[in-house]
Amino acid sequence: MTVADTVSTTATAEPAEESALHPPRGVLHDVWVIARRGLLHMKRQPEQLTDATIQPIMFVVLFGYVFGGAIHVQGGGNYREFLMGGIIAQTLVFTAFGVALSIANDRKNQAVDRFRSLPIARGAVLGGHAVANLIKALLPIGLMSIAGYAIGWRIRGGLVDTVTAYLLMIAFAFAMIWIGVLLGSIVATPEGVQGIAFVALFPLTFIASTFVPIASMPSALRDVASWNPITTLSDALRQLFHNPNTPIKPGDPWSIAHPVAYTWLWIIAIIVLAAPAAVRSYARSIER
Amino acid sequence: MMSTRDIESPSGPSAGDAPLAIEGRGLVKRFGDKVALAGVDIAVAKGTVTAVLGPNGAGKTTAVRILTTLSNATEGTATVAGFDVARDGNEVRRRIGLAAQDATVDPLLTGHENLTMIGELHQLSRREAKARATELLEQFELSDASAKVAGAYSGGMRRRLDLAATLVARPEVLFLDEPTTGLDPRARNELWAVLETLVDGGVTILLTTQYLEEADRLADDILVIDHGTVIARGDARSLKRQVGGDNIGVTIPDVSRLDEVAYLLRRLTGHDPIVERPARTATAPTSEGVAGLAAVANALSEGKFEVEDLSLRQPSLDEVFLTLTGSAIDHDEAPETTAKAGKGTTR
Repeated sequence: MTVADTVSTTATAEPAEESALHPPRGVLHDVWVIARRGLLHMKRQPEQLTDATIQPIMFVVLFGYVFGGAIHVQGGGNYREFLMGGIIAQTLVFTAFGVALSIANDRKNQAVDRFRSLPIARGAVLGGHAVANLIKALLPIGLMSIAGYAIGWRIRGGLVDTVTAYLLMIAFAFAMIWIGVLLGSIVATPEGVQGIAFVALFPLTFIASTFVPIASMPSALRDVASWNPITTLSDALRQLFHNPNTPIKPGDPWSIAHPVAYTWLWIIAIIVLAAPAAVRSYARSIER
Repeated sequence: MMSTRDIESPSGPSAGDAPLAIEGRGLVKRFGDKVALAGVDIAVAKGTVTAVLGPNGAGKTTAVRILTTLSNATEGTATVAGFDVARDGNEVRRRIGLAAQDATVDPLLTGHENLTMIGELHQLSRREAKARATELLEQFELSDASAKVAGAYSGGMRRRLDLAATLVARPEVLFLDEPTTGLDPRARNELWAVLETLVDGGVTILLTTQYLEEADRLADDILVIDHGTVIARGDARSLKRQVGGDNIGVTIPDVSRLDEVAYLLRRLTGHDPIVERPARTATAPTSEGVAGLAAVANALSEGKFEVEDLSLRQPSLDEVFLTLTGSAIDHDEAPETTAKAGKGTTR
């Protein structure tokens, strides 16, 4: 039987009578359907998960064991324990990169047009990307907690501090999603996204207390690093987990003295300012 | 539109009494200074097929994007399945299926996952969507590949999956943007058969194409557009009639005598023949039908020409297009052959 025969015999074509129009199931339903697609993408392209899995482990080994011996944490303590806060922070920053890449890919594959021709709730596509990438961000958070344990990192704080630390990580990842949407909407191609991530995002995670105490940096770089939210996120995690960290001295910038509060301010600022800009920019990028 | 050469087609579906599935009035789309559509009227009766025919960049895709709510018209209004595309976008989207120019199935999802997702986004329950996906995969002979990612499909399979995706919610109106571009002849024929079945079932189809053969085969009504304006409309027969009478074609094995044949045709028909050297063919219009053909046959026999093919036929839609736009349809697929044929052609 040919395709046409089968189509006719089973009467696919019957339109109006059979097409009981389905009432909308709401934005959360649509968001979850699109989020599931994002999760399937990650499952089918495990290489896209390297920034959340292999890369942080690689950095743990590289810095913890190769460079670590030469790095001294003021105030004492195990460098590998100091390192964990930084590596988790770096990994969370890369959440933005993953989001930007999936948005650029959607445009390249014309998935955007497909979605826009379907009767779905407004914002469901972006919502789906956000949920999928938030789930993706949980992966390195869990993985690093385990890998860290194996190399001697410990949660030494109380319950409240620990819960705050994990909430801070998730909130930071959520904020990074909107940076990613902005980036993916402005930069047209997946290749472009990769380029920007390499020249902007990657160095930014190094001009910070991610891997080394910023005290050793030349003063200009140290000023950047002091106010870099990646520094304060790393420091905030060290503080909340009660891990070794450079002691706060009088005269340190406010950001260094209050890393948890300063990081929260950044998260709120990004969500309040960057997220609406990202949504607008995304809407413009899909209009042709 | 002033520039439109409307062709009377009394039997055509645009006769006005039938209810319209698609209606667009004065559609204009400007991108900055660039005018993609310069005022297009379109009317498609329920259960009929309209082909929008035109070269690359004529505005075909822009028109489809407006009618499927993907793009807003700068001016003009349109209704699809009874709903205004600008005001009631979601009502339109519930009732249409769109197969964009490049198959937009998700390459990382399996065939089954692709269709299930689209079903769910058409607001079917997950269970209903899965059942519908299985059913469609079977109908499009993709059951064996249902668990394979669409990225691993062949071009023809991906097209079929794409078409199946547009049918998930049993749409009233189907938009197909160049549905057979890049398909081999067999796959193309199969797809045409599927589309015909759908029309029999009452679906309305608007398709764009660069292939006149496709418009000829499928469409009740053809809209020829160029530079964003409708330059002609009607069914295939009336379009051909507009260009004039029949054509006499002569093909000979010996290309060196082709000029003699051309001279003979010019003398007998009074028209400049089209000479295609690679095809060893000369073609000229005639208004005398069989008598004209007989005259040419006699002359060929007297001149002791060896003849491979001698024919009297209606002009092809390609020739129609040539006459209407003054330029040949530009097929992407074979730029080299077109170029070669172009060199060998004298008018």
